[in-house]
Amino acid sequence: MCGIAGILNLNGGPAVEQRELEAMVDRLYHRGPDGHGFYRDAHVGLGHARLSIIDLEGGRQPLHNEDASVWVVFNGEIFNYLELRAELIARGHRFATQSDTEVIVHLYEEYGDDFVHHLNGQFAIALWDIPRKRLVLVRDRVGILPLFYTLQNGRLLFASEIKAILPALDSAPRLNATALDELMTFWAPLTPHTLFEGIEEVSPGQRIVVQNGHITRDTYWDWSFPVDDRYRQGNEDELAAELGELLVDATRIRLRADVPVGAYLSGGLDSSALVSMIHRQGTARLRTFSIGFEDEGLDESGFQQQMIRHVNADHSSIRCDTARVGEAFFDTILRTEAPVLRTAPVPMSLLSGLVREQGYKVVLTGEGSDEVLGGYDLFKEGKIRQFWARNADSSWRPLLIKRLYPYLNLTQAQGLTYLKSFFGTGLDQPESPFFSHMTRWQSTAQCKVFFSEELGAQLRGDAVERLAGGLPEGIQRWHPFNRGQYVEAHTLMSGYLLCSQGDRMLMANSVEGRFPFLDHRVIEFANQLHPRHKMRVLNEKYLLKRVMRPYLPEAIVARHKQPYRAPDIPAFFSGGKTEYVRELLSPEVVSRYGYFDAAKVQRLFQKIERGRAIGYKDNMALVGILSTQLWHYHFVERFHENFRDEGKVVLRGLG
Amino acid sequence: MELETKIKGYILENYLFTDDESQLASGDSLLERGIIDSTGILEVIMFLEDEFGVTVDDDEMVPENLDSVANLVAFVQRKKAAA
Repeated sequence: MCGIAGILNLNGGPAVEQRELEAMVDRLYHRGPDGHGFYRDAHVGLGHARLSIIDLEGGRQPLHNEDASVWVVFNGEIFNYLELRAELIARGHRFATQSDTEVIVHLYEEYGDDFVHHLNGQFAIALWDIPRKRLVLVRDRVGILPLFYTLQNGRLLFASEIKAILPALDSAPRLNATALDELMTFWAPLTPHTLFEGIEEVSPGQRIVVQNGHITRDTYWDWSFPVDDRYRQGNEDELAAELGELLVDATRIRLRADVPVGAYLSGGLDSSALVSMIHRQGTARLRTFSIGFEDEGLDESGFQQQMIRHVNADHSSIRCDTARVGEAFFDTILRTEAPVLRTAPVPMSLLSGLVREQGYKVVLTGEGSDEVLGGYDLFKEGKIRQFWARNADSSWRPLLIKRLYPYLNLTQAQGLTYLKSFFGTGLDQPESPFFSHMTRWQSTAQCKVFFSEELGAQLRGDAVERLAGGLPEGIQRWHPFNRGQYVEAHTLMSGYLLCSQGDRMLMANSVEGRFPFLDHRVIEFANQLHPRHKMRVLNEKYLLKRVMRPYLPEAIVARHKQPYRAPDIPAFFSGGKTEYVRELLSPEVVSRYGYFDAAKVQRLFQKIERGRAIGYKDNMALVGILSTQLWHYHFVERFHENFRDEGKVVLRGLG
Repeated sequence: MELETKIKGYILENYLFTDDESQLASGDSLLERGIIDSTGILEVIMFLEDEFGVTVDDDEMVPENLDSVANLVAFVQRKKAAA
């Protein structure tokens, strides 16, 4: 993987100095501890922190084309680089290295800004075209790798993480209240917002070109679904075979590396399917990694063991104890650079720590399968509610909800009224693109009860309306199931799962994750499938199960999906070194930071101490408030110590 | 009135985290306002049982009994009268 950073002078600002680039790249040390490199001319400066995975000797960056007129810094992997390289050589290009990075500059010579369409991979790219004085910033299709930028004093600054931009700011950053409002609705700010006022992200699938002081943005790829039921035809056997071939190929090219590659194995369908596909490639003995929990309700060790035996994997597991989660949460927010609503990222950083400790720096992971192939309970819930909305007075239709949430311990006839009231929200608007998400968002938005008056006064407009304003025009002609998939991919997946819980937790320990289910060929194929191939009645990921059944223990195919969770409130009250919690939630500090109502936070704290905060919403509120306080502590209150003390490296040595 | 003060105070304190009575009208639906969800209702039942010594039967777990401060007050009064 790696980290990139740079500065472009837009209109006569001061020339970029080497020490500025070094201060930026230093903050990305954890992303690329194997080396660094710089390029600088009168207009631009590019910096790179390297994690060497392909062409260990020759792959240093920045890299350039034959006549050194096009330069690139790149974070990520181009998995089809061997094929691209062969094509480019056939067209007369000369390569100086064996690295995947080099195909980018030659593709740019050949296809201009459309080079990106040729890439199969995960990437954040900054490309500098010297003769045309033009900077191109590109991010991969679904948002696996991060890229942020800001305008400051006539310059554009960009970097893989915001912490690398901060040393260049004149003063401490300010919290973007709109972004916090969005995060406390969708679990992540809407792209391109970040928690930092004035700093934006390059959106997934976006291309930004800066030339002559002008910035042009366009979307080169987006999730798209058939209109008016024009789905891919074909019998189920053929479709299953095609999906299987695509997944195997997506996995095959993701095993390309000059270092050994391992895999995460949770014991769920997705990671088991992935592990079986790697196993079938017949490489060396498979190396797998997993995490276990003290709380049996969260632990999946039994299923993991079955799969380990099934493919004879060499497996390592780390036990995640509850108190440790609370302790590690403190630094976690320095890495995520955004508040989170659950502690689930923390165990993911412990897991990547295990991988690194075992001498590995690349893992394949099953993330994305739920979004692409239809796995979330939310999609089931949406489907039941659609079915119910057709006959809103039906008394038995809503009973299907009980099959989804068996833990809702309500007896049939009586609980029904409650289920109807709760899940019945929005039944009168079944055509809304947010039909499947409204109940989750309303529930999450309860965190806003704690907002202070000052914060509330900064808010303009409604988060859900802003999201609606950014939806593709044709979305109403898509199947409701596909609308839900689109919304999920653009909120929770790209904004939270792939960054706060994904990239940042992998990179915390300099480990690269690779995601076969998010290969764009797999997504484009799956998006052409009728929803019945994804959710058959209430059987999720139907076609994937059909493809994988011959290769997996039946218990894993048949098991009920278990969402990945970690202990929330208990993590902070289990005797760990978590004194910071009491301090950051004290009325004095809450008032000083100004985001939340100190008296309300105090009441929540007391409710927790009485042992009465057992509900989902209280857990979410505590984690959300605490992480916002931590965000302020790390990035605002300690701005000078952490980011302006030149040469000091914040994350080196942590984690 | 004491009953209403207690119940309303409990909801304000534990779900809206405030003592500002203007935040909740006695007739407000707790579900519709998103104050209590289908799992949160179990907490309310625990509170009723601990605080007022009543036992809530399964067939009494309906919004008519539980979904507003006014409904909760009337429900507890009926239960106490029947006890």
